[in-house]
Amino acid sequence: MRGARRSSRRTGISGLGRTVTVVAGTAALALAATACSGGGGGGGSNSGNGVVTAWWGDPQNPLIPTDTNEVNGGAVLDMIFTGLKVYDPKTAQPVNAMAESITTQDQQHFTIKIKPNWKFSDGTPVTAHSFVDAWNWGSFAGNKQNNTDPFFTPIQGYTDVHPESGAPKARTMSGLHVVDDHTFTVALTHKFSTWPDTLGYSAFAPLPKAFFANPNKWEQKPIGNGPYVIDSWTKGQQMKLSPNPDYIGDQKPKNKGILLKVYTDANASYADLQSGNLDVDNNLPSSALATAKNDLHGRFINAPAGILQTIGFPLYDKAWNTPAAAKVREGIGMAIDRATITNKIFHNTRVPASDWTAPILGAQGGYKPGLCGGACTYNPTEAKKLIDGNGGIPGGQLTIAYNADADHKVWVDAVCNSINNVLGNSHACVGKPVGTFADFRNQIVAKSMTGAFRSGWQMDYPLIQDFIQPIYETGAASNDYSYSSHQVDSLINQANAAPSRAETVTKYQQAESQIDKDLPTIPLWYQNGLAGYSANVSNVLLDPFSVPVYWEIEKH
Amino acid sequence: MGRYVIRRLLQMIPVFIGTTLLIFIMVHALGDPVNALFGDRAPDPATAAALRQQYHLNDPLWRQYLLYMGGIFTGDFGTAFNGEPVTSLMGTAFPNTIKLTAVAFVLEMVVGILLGVVSGLRRGRSVDTLVLVLTLLVISIPTFVTGYVLQYLLGVRWGVFDATAGNPPQFQQLIMPGIVLASVSLAYVARLTRTTIAENSRADYVRTAIAKGLPGRRVTVNHLLRNSLIPVVTFLGTDLGALMGGALVTERIFNIQGVGYQLYQGIARQNSPTVVGFVTVLVVIFLVANLIVDLLYAVLDPRIRYA
Amino acid sequence: MPDSTGPGGPGGREPGGHQAPGPFESDNQNLASIDAGSLVGSEDLHGESAPVPAADLEAREKPRSLWQDAWRDLRRNPIFIVSGLLILFLLVMAIWPGLFTSTSPLACDLGKSQLGATSGHPFGFDTQGCDVYARTVYGARASITVGVCATVGSALLGTILGGLAGFLGGWFDGLISRCADIFFGIPILLGGLVFLSVMTSRSIWIVVLFIVLLGWPQLARIARGAVITAKQQDYVTAARALGASNTRMMVRHILPNAVAPIIVVATIALGTYIALEATLSYLGVGLKPPTVSWGIDISAAADTFRYAPHMLLYPAGALSITVLAFIMLGDAVRDALDPKLR
Repeated sequence: MRGARRSSRRTGISGLGRTVTVVAGTAALALAATACSGGGGGGGSNSGNGVVTAWWGDPQNPLIPTDTNEVNGGAVLDMIFTGLKVYDPKTAQPVNAMAESITTQDQQHFTIKIKPNWKFSDGTPVTAHSFVDAWNWGSFAGNKQNNTDPFFTPIQGYTDVHPESGAPKARTMSGLHVVDDHTFTVALTHKFSTWPDTLGYSAFAPLPKAFFANPNKWEQKPIGNGPYVIDSWTKGQQMKLSPNPDYIGDQKPKNKGILLKVYTDANASYADLQSGNLDVDNNLPSSALATAKNDLHGRFINAPAGILQTIGFPLYDKAWNTPAAAKVREGIGMAIDRATITNKIFHNTRVPASDWTAPILGAQGGYKPGLCGGACTYNPTEAKKLIDGNGGIPGGQLTIAYNADADHKVWVDAVCNSINNVLGNSHACVGKPVGTFADFRNQIVAKSMTGAFRSGWQMDYPLIQDFIQPIYETGAASNDYSYSSHQVDSLINQANAAPSRAETVTKYQQAESQIDKDLPTIPLWYQNGLAGYSANVSNVLLDPFSVPVYWEIEKH
Repeated sequence: MGRYVIRRLLQMIPVFIGTTLLIFIMVHALGDPVNALFGDRAPDPATAAALRQQYHLNDPLWRQYLLYMGGIFTGDFGTAFNGEPVTSLMGTAFPNTIKLTAVAFVLEMVVGILLGVVSGLRRGRSVDTLVLVLTLLVISIPTFVTGYVLQYLLGVRWGVFDATAGNPPQFQQLIMPGIVLASVSLAYVARLTRTTIAENSRADYVRTAIAKGLPGRRVTVNHLLRNSLIPVVTFLGTDLGALMGGALVTERIFNIQGVGYQLYQGIARQNSPTVVGFVTVLVVIFLVANLIVDLLYAVLDPRIRYA
Repeated sequence: MPDSTGPGGPGGREPGGHQAPGPFESDNQNLASIDAGSLVGSEDLHGESAPVPAADLEAREKPRSLWQDAWRDLRRNPIFIVSGLLILFLLVMAIWPGLFTSTSPLACDLGKSQLGATSGHPFGFDTQGCDVYARTVYGARASITVGVCATVGSALLGTILGGLAGFLGGWFDGLISRCADIFFGIPILLGGLVFLSVMTSRSIWIVVLFIVLLGWPQLARIARGAVITAKQQDYVTAARALGASNTRMMVRHILPNAVAPIIVVATIALGTYIALEATLSYLGVGLKPPTVSWGIDISAAADTFRYAPHMLLYPAGALSITVLAFIMLGDAVRDALDPKLR
């Protein structure tokens, strides 16, 4: 055998080596050639024709205003619709857009006049019916729209078109009444002085007759009255919008169009941003936070937005619903070193919270830092005293539940480590990942949480009412904690009935003080809006909802 | 041969039913998907009830399964929650994945077999050790690490390739993802080829061929390779199905909206039409690939005969 | 999971009918060297053990079994020694992590987030401010436990089911093969999400169970192929002619010869299972804190390697070394067991 081996080596298998080298070399050359010609790094898909490429997330629901409850669909709706009001991107103040005037004598009955000569992009006029019919269609339970509560619930007649159970008794709400082509009246079920300020929310958009004729067909390529029209929409992949030539409003686009691209992963879009293939990215991955400013040579926005992150507690669980447990919650809040976490984990893209609203409201709008007392101040010794002195953590161990398919593990672990260090026990707090967002919501909705859970709020409109009423009122839509307080409920009603903005704010802040005593949630931090942009664009800013103001972006 | 094929085709039916039923049950075990449609807000009870009715979520599981499978045979794979029919999702996802799989497959076949031949023939020498260590490294590093590292180095830092694939992806944008996807399988193919080449290079017929004076290349290609490739073909065949369904991590990193990505979306939203629809097609592809490999095996090795 | 065949047979493809002996096995058995318990299926053709006249058998030393031969070769193989020692080292680290470090892996100081190496902390700190060295040492236990137990579990399950399928053939074979096909068809993520979210605890054993459920088809296929190949051999026919029962044939004749490719694939599978644990963590369904594992650390550090590579390097390096060691072990064992490669 040895002989055979030697001979086989000698005779010619070495010739193979040469062949291999040649083949491999050719292959490498070919690969390099295709790579170079493929425009590595330059990006053929982002040529300068005035169209801005921007990050987008795939909307989960159809793109109908009353069916869209998340920010990706909302961003498009804000581009293709102009509602009665808009929120000024720099000041967050509500400003009349399509509304000429909104008047009331008693904070409960409103007369709305709309501006004349507005058209949808298919040429049909925008009338009072466009609004009223749209609101009725959305609220009618038979149309199964999932974003009507709490926006249309104040309107009289809502419970007839959208009862909790059983068949609807009517198709239209009795509180809506068209007076003429440019005027309609709205009657609410209770006094709500700041109600007109909510009308900038996308669910209140008007709809053209083409929608009512065939909603499914309309939804394939929605038609609106806003600054942009949709040129093409490949669902799940991208949407191309271009300026609406018939638009007569104030938000005239400064670019030639927007191309929204759906990405599978935040790191993928960031890689494209860095290599110049993407112009605007407002979904930066947490791994980029530390280096974004450098990577992008300063083209990085870190601006306040109306987002508050909190930890919620299941007050429907007897163990958590005692006065002692409220003290324990205060202790837990004291054990969280927010300053270090927002610095080290979030690289100052979050700001430690000390009330239940957000800085974007401003002092006039109700933002009051320091309103949240002990529970928002880091005090390790006091925290340990409070927790140990009030029976310890119910159940022995604090679990903070979160959905594993989003980017929460890092901060939940940091919060738990902070609590563990304060209590001197590395098993005092532990994160509890739940597989999917759907599963997470199921457990919350079914009220089966046994420990704390990640909670948070992104405002629908910049009013202090939106931070308090939909969450902390008894039985409110987003009251995941089964929190119920007579004081808070009555303060909310008083606030809504108050004739002046200042009084509304004061009453809501009093409600917050009560929430501070009961602590159904512990505020963690205000989340900033973040965006990075390429060297091809300028004048990029984020609105208060941390969505880019697309019509202001200029492309070179 | 014909009877064998028919028998295998018949056996595919219980596998098909078994897999789809299992997946269906699994997606349902994840829980009710309707609450998540309302985002962070509590679901409106009336709308939620109506949606459950619309998606037949209140029916018993067997009826939902039969309804769905019945729909499949008429070409209706159901709708995802955003209103998009699953067939149109498939229409965009499968071409992307097929392109990516083709690139990965070619890479793994050509480079893997090449490396395997070289190291098999030079067993024990430095080339062999090098290939061995490289393949081990590739197997031991998880795909997502390879993906991120390559994307950063080749895509962002040095600009050799595009960092992500466009929509629809062009072939040069799929080279880097193809390398990442093929890497582990490439290692397996190389090692497998190496083993069989090393075994067979001692065989009598090889010695005879050399003694007859045939040039080395001919010995390798005509005699050695042909016999050694059978287990490799087997592996490549099964790998095809695995590549298509398992490219999830690669697709996510490089922004390829293929089958893996759609599956992930479907799972995350607990949308059973999407998940079961895609898995159904994947299962069929997998079974057919298996059958072809088995038939090919009989072609390659004349001693194998199927009753 | 990739299906890598071992030496010899075609690795488990199902012909359904008559299958000739695998391509590279000889039909010429040397009858004189049959020992009813312990012969390899194919003799090495190229002359190392030439046929011995029956009378001389007693005169020589007692014929060694395959396993004794293999052990003798292994002892002399440097790769086996190196990988064996490495594995021993890792096992010691897994069982007694306190021997290697006195820092707790759960003692995290956020102020030190992502810092590099400092005195007393040779590997630096991770994002939470925990000591990377301590976490790497303590992480060995979870990762190696998952790998070893999942491999043992899937090898056992796969060998039993696949071996029986190969041996008994017929409808049982069809049933097991089709079951294996069904499990092959389940995407890992779906299986992981469902299985691991339906289970309330996400302990090591649940993850092991999940990997076993997903991994047994591959090993069953190998086992089946190996048993079918072994079944065709003449010595089996001879044993049957001598009146051996099914069990005896299976246990004493077929299994010892079929087990070599299973061992090889199992050691490679072990490597992939350890890496799979990292991928499960990346997908959000793997082990969860306060368990410490390499997979958790690698998936947490994967996208920050640009500016803090040490957080990824050390756990990934440890994982690679472990996988390397086991695969080298598998290579050495296969080389020792496979007579054709001598």
